[in-house]
Parts: sequence; structure tokens; C-alpha cells
Amino acid sequence: MTGAPVRNDGPPLAWTLKGLSKAGRRAWTLPALDVPEAELSEGHRRHDPPDLPEVAERDIVRHFTRLSQINYGVDTGFYPLGSCSMKYNPKVAETVAALPGFQRLHPLQPEDTIQGALELLWRLERALCEITGMARATLQPPAGAAGELTGLLIMRAYHQKSGNPRTKVLIPDSAHGTNPASVTLAGYRAVQVPSDARGLVDLGALEKLVDDDVAGLMLTNPNTLGLFEEEIEGIARAMHRVGALLYYDGANLNAIIGKVRPGDMGFDIVHLNTHKTFATPHGGGGPGAGPVAVSPRLEAFLPSPLIAYDEDGDRYFWERDRPDAIGRVHGFNGNFGVLVRAFAYVFGHGRDGLREVGERAVLNANYLACLVRQAYPMAYPGRPMHEFVATARPLKKHGIRAMDVAKRLIDLGFHPSTVYFPLVVEEALMVEPTETESKETLDAFADAMLQVAQEAESDPELLHEAPVTTPVRRLDEAKAARELKLRW
Amino acid sequence: MRFAPHTDDDVQAMLAGCGLSSVEELFQHLPEGVRLDRDLDIPEGLSEMELVAEMGRMARRNRHADDLVCFAGGGAYDHYVPSLVWALTGRSEIYTSYTPYQPELSQGILQALFEYQSMICELTGLEVSNASLYDGPTALVEAVHMAVGATRRGRILVSGSVDPRYVETLRTYGNAEHFSVEVFPYPYQPGGRDRLGDDVAAVVLQHPNFFGALENQAWEMFDAAHQVGARTIQVFDPLSLGVLAPPGELGADIAVAEGQVLGNHLSYGGPYLGIIAARMQDVRRMPGRIAGETTDVEGRPGYVLTLQAREQHIRREKATSNICTNQTLMAYAATVYLSWLGPEGLRELGRHCVAKARYASERLADLSGVELAFGDAEFFKEFAVHTTQVDAQDVQRRLIEVGFLVGPVTEEGLLLVSVTERRTREEIDRLVKAFEEASS
Repeated sequence: MTGAPVRNDGPPLAWTLKGLSKAGRRAWTLPALDVPEAELSEGHRRHDPPDLPEVAERDIVRHFTRLSQINYGVDTGFYPLGSCSMKYNPKVAETVAALPGFQRLHPLQPEDTIQGALELLWRLERALCEITGMARATLQPPAGAAGELTGLLIMRAYHQKSGNPRTKVLIPDSAHGTNPASVTLAGYRAVQVPSDARGLVDLGALEKLVDDDVAGLMLTNPNTLGLFEEEIEGIARAMHRVGALLYYDGANLNAIIGKVRPGDMGFDIVHLNTHKTFATPHGGGGPGAGPVAVSPRLEAFLPSPLIAYDEDGDRYFWERDRPDAIGRVHGFNGNFGVLVRAFAYVFGHGRDGLREVGERAVLNANYLACLVRQAYPMAYPGRPMHEFVATARPLKKHGIRAMDVAKRLIDLGFHPSTVYFPLVVEEALMVEPTETESKETLDAFADAMLQVAQEAESDPELLHEAPVTTPVRRLDEAKAARELKLRW
Repeated sequence: MRFAPHTDDDVQAMLAGCGLSSVEELFQHLPEGVRLDRDLDIPEGLSEMELVAEMGRMARRNRHADDLVCFAGGGAYDHYVPSLVWALTGRSEIYTSYTPYQPELSQGILQALFEYQSMICELTGLEVSNASLYDGPTALVEAVHMAVGATRRGRILVSGSVDPRYVETLRTYGNAEHFSVEVFPYPYQPGGRDRLGDDVAAVVLQHPNFFGALENQAWEMFDAAHQVGARTIQVFDPLSLGVLAPPGELGADIAVAEGQVLGNHLSYGGPYLGIIAARMQDVRRMPGRIAGETTDVEGRPGYVLTLQAREQHIRREKATSNICTNQTLMAYAATVYLSWLGPEGLRELGRHCVAKARYASERLADLSGVELAFGDAEFFKEFAVHTTQVDAQDVQRRLIEVGFLVGPVTEEGLLLVSVTERRTREEIDRLVKAFEEASS
């Protein structure tokens, strides 16, 4: 099953909430006020009501149903966005997350009333530490980038404790943009490490950059080119030799889950993306959750509070008395509802299921790469892991860019891969099929990619015009940024 | 549980397609020294039935807001979530989509975000909203980064009536030394303005404040901030804005809020919704995603992510923020919810909160062991009480035993009580009776 495309034969595009609004229409209901009326003093009152839509419930349902019909999700079809791990989101996770014993918990309830929730967090933390080879983890960061910043603040606190926070953090040139942005927010300067001809960290260049002013190195492994950093042991030695820390960006953990653990590779700090590896729904841009796990020497710096378990009393509680902790990185306890779904994924799969996830993800990417590489050469020669980065460079002579390929794939019924990332690859197509896609889907997608490569030569106009089947065609992004219209 | 669809034959055929004969060969280039030579120490996988039973067991170990009558607040509130909110937000084309990188396939998300931004601007009386942040406290951090960027100064003055969790979160990010946080005490003392100088980047107020009270004299700090060229930041409650004057009218340059109250579940603290709105002067300093309206090649209206030159995937280390994944789904739920309320529903809901909180506070204040902590203050839906005969923690515990959730207990030992539109007079009367026994 490859999925259903998003087509342009739905209701009119001009439907907006604002357009549906009519004074005096309403959807809301409230019981009659059963206590005496109370007035606010004049100075505090609002005089001009906000211009919110006035619509009937039926209008709202139709409006948002239509919005869903012009949107593409994993449930709609194949979604091979590189570095995003858009795998199937299990429905059972929704069932358990909706249990009132999870969904209806107030975040400030006393611990004695939430032993089940704390048990879940404790067991999830233990499992994530086992998967990553780390000692302890915080579940507070609400997304991967928040996890990065949390990890870097831990790094800073660790170095600070020994007298000098240092000033630089090393980042490969293929890194995701959140890495350098997080480095700046953590008060460090990002220093780029070049990739070598294999698309791996250039160990020689790295060794020249390493000095005792380097706080750490942020690395994704497999890296954003989908390649395993085979010299990881040497990289770890180079960093640790000067007292620097090794940070693991968990964006690509899906490739190695159950096979290799960041801790065993020498990493000191790991963040995970539950919406990638553990299939929690991404909701069109979030929520995620970005747990951060650390090695024993960094445990004291993890945000507070940390979940704890008193074995004698069989009681879970929040441990707050942690003087070296960096503080709080989320208002409450992180994205608990997302963590419940991650728990369902981890414990539903179990040790055997998780190992199979990594194996099938890598098999799918390799198989698909073999099918398309004749038309779209791999950017680097090494064996891909869970994703591969190919290039649309050969099509350039026909005036076709990676974006044209992506848009034509939409007309053929597929969500395209990531394009133009990593930045180090010209005309990059970054493809991550994930483990939950079948051979048939991969075959069909490969056929579509090969068809597009042929059309680039035979009918390039078709690609420039694409997409033509969607509710809107190519949108003028320059105009959007120039003539800002950010609200009705 | 397994979701990979491969048959054994598929696996063999796919391996053959790559010129391989075993799955192990795919991992052969990984260095021997780092490979895990054992199974993960995690239990064997479960069937769906077993998983639901096991997680159901854990869920049943919790007391919750359907089983306790919820008068708890302190930043998360038991407002009613109408049925349509999650029926629509849960539509899986929305629910299982990624960040809208391909706008032609993502018009549903993008249009909803545009409508969300519009409604947040209307609510706050400000000019621009982004497409969501993680939660209220992290939205305050982002607002402070905006103020620091705009003023190139580093001192942040925060009122002592701001939720301590917001302050704590702010201090954590302040560890990176881009700014320092000073709290000025509440109740306010004369001379607060003297703290302001031309090194101040922002003044932060919360209204209604952490203790539920409406701020009065604090607004002079906003005036004073503007006199020294600092930004003013208000933490607000979105559901108060049907009845309370909006941040834009109160002199806030940037307004941030916890948006959980807009159709999102309590869910033990997340996923919630960070709201941020500002004036156009700061649009290029806004963090995160922003949806904008434009046209397609045929001139039809459509929506895209815009002003991306602020963002990490373009600007990298010079980005306004590192945020990538945000809380789009929660913003979507808020959009559905605000459509359901409309201007009239928002005002009515606010009227109910004000009246019910007033009624509860007056009844509680009549008890001998209870005093209102800020007796002369007005409030919206929450108020702080001082339990004079019994420790607040004990009162809270005793109330749980008889079926009521109140709190939290503040650092000062005060007990917060919040009364949303969901609470009935009968529930309030029962709470007062239980309170009488618990507090004496």
C-alpha cells in the first residue's frame, strides 16, 4: 500500500473561518450561571471583544474536516522525509494515552496520588538508559532541540564545576541546523568540522581543532548523510583526551537501536526524539519529547526534579534536592502524554522487536538506494544505514533541480524526500523509508523516482509545472516573506 | 507488537536486490568494539492486549480529575474540552503529519496555523503571533531572548508574583550568560522603579498573577521600562481575555501564555502550548515557525511557512531560536476550541470563572481557619488562601481523602484554589464544607 494522494477536487479553497463567520451565530454552550454574578472593576475590563469567528458547530466540523482532507500524514501514505523517521504511529498508543488515569492528571498533584504515572516515567527512563547505554535520563525536554540545549547546558555546568566552562563546541558540517543554534543559545561558539571524502568526520581535521577550550563535539551517528561514523572510537578518544565531552544527537537512533549503543561508542550525553525513534505522532510540527540521558559523571547536572524510586517502601517520588542540577527546562514534567506513547512503543516492541526495527529500517533504506542509484547517484560511496542521501545533480543538465523532482513526486502520489539537506551535498535528496514500509511500497516509490528521472530528459516542463494535482500549486514564498500577511 | 510488514521472502528478495545474503552484512562495517553483543535488558515484546492491560494497571494507580473534583491550578486548569476539539484535531491526516515542509501537501496544517495566529493576535491585542512554542515557561524564555536581542542588554526584572516555575525555567536558560534574572518582591514595595536603568532588557509581569490576583500598581513598572528603552513582557491567561483588558492595551510589547486552557488536556503537564505574541517591531526576532498567506502560480490563495531566514535550518548559529519541533497539534486544538467559543462564549466563560471564584472565595473566607492571602485583590479564576490553624499541605492531603484536589501549595505556604467554569455551586458548597473540617 503506497497510500492516497492529496487531490485538488475537494471543497473550495476560499473556505476560511473568517469567511464562515456571521454575527450572532454560535457553537458554544455553558450551563446557566448558578452563583451570584460578580463584576470586575471598570479598570480591568475588556471593552472591545476580540474578533473571533462566530460560527455554528457544523461549520467548524466541516471546516476542519476539509483542512484534514488537504493535508498529508503518515496514515495517508509513504512519507520518506530524511532524518524525520516518519514511521507508522501505532493506534494502541492513542488508546492508552487517553486513559483518564493519564490524560486527566493535574501536573501538581501530590506524589501519593500519581504512583502509576511515576512508575511509568521511571520504567521508561530505565529503558531509555538501557537503549542508549547511559546512567540516568531526564524526561523533561519537550522536543529534540530542547534536548540539545539541555544537554549543552549540562555540558556547560560540568565544565564550569571544574573551573572553566570553555568556549567552543565542534559540529560537523553536515549537522542539522538545530545543533549550531543550540550551541549559541548555550553560550558557546560553534566551530565547524569538515567531512572527508567518505562523508565522515575528518578525524585528522578534528584532531587539529581539538584543544582544551573545546567543551564538546555534537555528533549524529549514523550521521545526517546516513553513514555510520566508523572512526567513532578515535573521535571519542580525541575528545576525551582534552577533557571534552561527546554529545549524541539521537535523530538517527532508529538505525542502530538494539545493535549499538551511544554509551558504548564513548558518548557522554544523548538526546532522543520520541517522535522519530518511538513513533509518537508528530502532529504537523509537534509535540515531540526530547529525553536526555547522560553518563554517570554528568548525572548530578541533569535538570530537576528527577524521578526516583524507593525500593524498600515501593514508592516513586520526585527528587528535588540536587544542588548541581542545571534547573528546570520545562514548566512541568515534560510532554507526559508523548512519553506515555513512547512507553507503549518501547514495551510493546520489547528487546526483540526493537532490534528488528533497526534491522528493517536499514534493510529498507539499502534496498531503496539500490533501486534508484542508477538515476540518482549516492552522494558518498559508503553503505547507507536507515537513510541515504542521493543527488539529483545528473538532472541539472536538463534544467531540473531537486525541488522539481520533489514536486513531480507529489503528482505521482508520494510525499517527497527531504531536499537540499544536508547542505554539504549538491541537489540533495535525503530519503528515509523507515521500517514500517513494505517492499511493494518501496518498489512503487522507486518506479516513480525513475520515471521522474526519465521525464527530466523527455519532458522537463512536466517537472517545472508540478505539482498540478494538489489543492494549490507551487506557492510564492518570496511574496510571503516580502508582503507579510501573518493574520486575517 | 511488530509493525514492519516484511515476510521472510521479502527480506530475502530485498537482500538479494542489494547483493547481500544476510541482514548482519548491513551492519558489518560497524566497528566490532562498539557493537552490542547481547540483547537489550528490556522485557520481551507484548501483544496489544497485554500492553493495554499493563498500562491500564498503571493508569488505575493514579487519582485524577474525573475521580477528584478539581480545584487545582498553579498554571494548569481543568477547563472543559468540548467533544469536537479532539474529534477534529485527531483526524489522522493532521495528527500524523510532519512539519509542513511541502506546502502543497500541508495546506490543512498551514491554514489552521494562520487562523491560530490570527486568533492569538485578536485575543492579545498584539500584532504578530508565531505558530506555537513548547509551553508557557519556555515561551517566556523565548520572549526574553527577543528582548535581549532588541535591546542588546542583559538584565531581566521579574515580578515576585510571576509563577516560580517560569522564573526557575528562565534562570536555567540564564545559565548560558546571555541574561541575568532579578526578582522584585511581591507584594510590591515602594521604589520598584529605582531598579530600572539603561541596562535593563525587559520587565516581566504576570496578570492575573501566580496567586490569581489582578495586578494594579505593577503597571507603573511597564511605563518605567519603556522610559529606559526596555521591553515589557506580560504572562497572561488566554481564557481571561473575554473579560480582562488584553496585554496590547496594558502596555505589553510581548505577551506569553500557557495555552493548555485552550482545549488541551491536563495530561500531567504536557504536551501543552506555548503562546507568544508581539508587536511588528519584533517580528524578525520572533522564534520558531510562522505561517503566512501568499498565492500559488495560478494566483490562488495559499499558505506557507514564512520568514524562515530567522530560523535554525537557514541561519544556523545566528538563528533567533533553536526551536524546530513545536506544539503545532496543540495550537490546532486551540484553534478549534476558540472557533467553538467565539467572542461571546469567551466572554461568558470568563464571566462564569469570575463569579464562581468570587463565590468560592467568599464562602471560604467565612471559615474560621481560612483567610484570603491577598484580601483586597480582585481575581479572575484563582485565589490564594492562608490556612491559619492547619498546615496547607495537611489541608491539601485531607481534602484529597474526601475527594477534592486543590493546590498547589506555594513556597510561602499558601494554598491556591482555582474555580473554572466546570465547577458547580454544589461542588463549591461541598468543598467549603470539607475545607471547614480539613482546616480546623
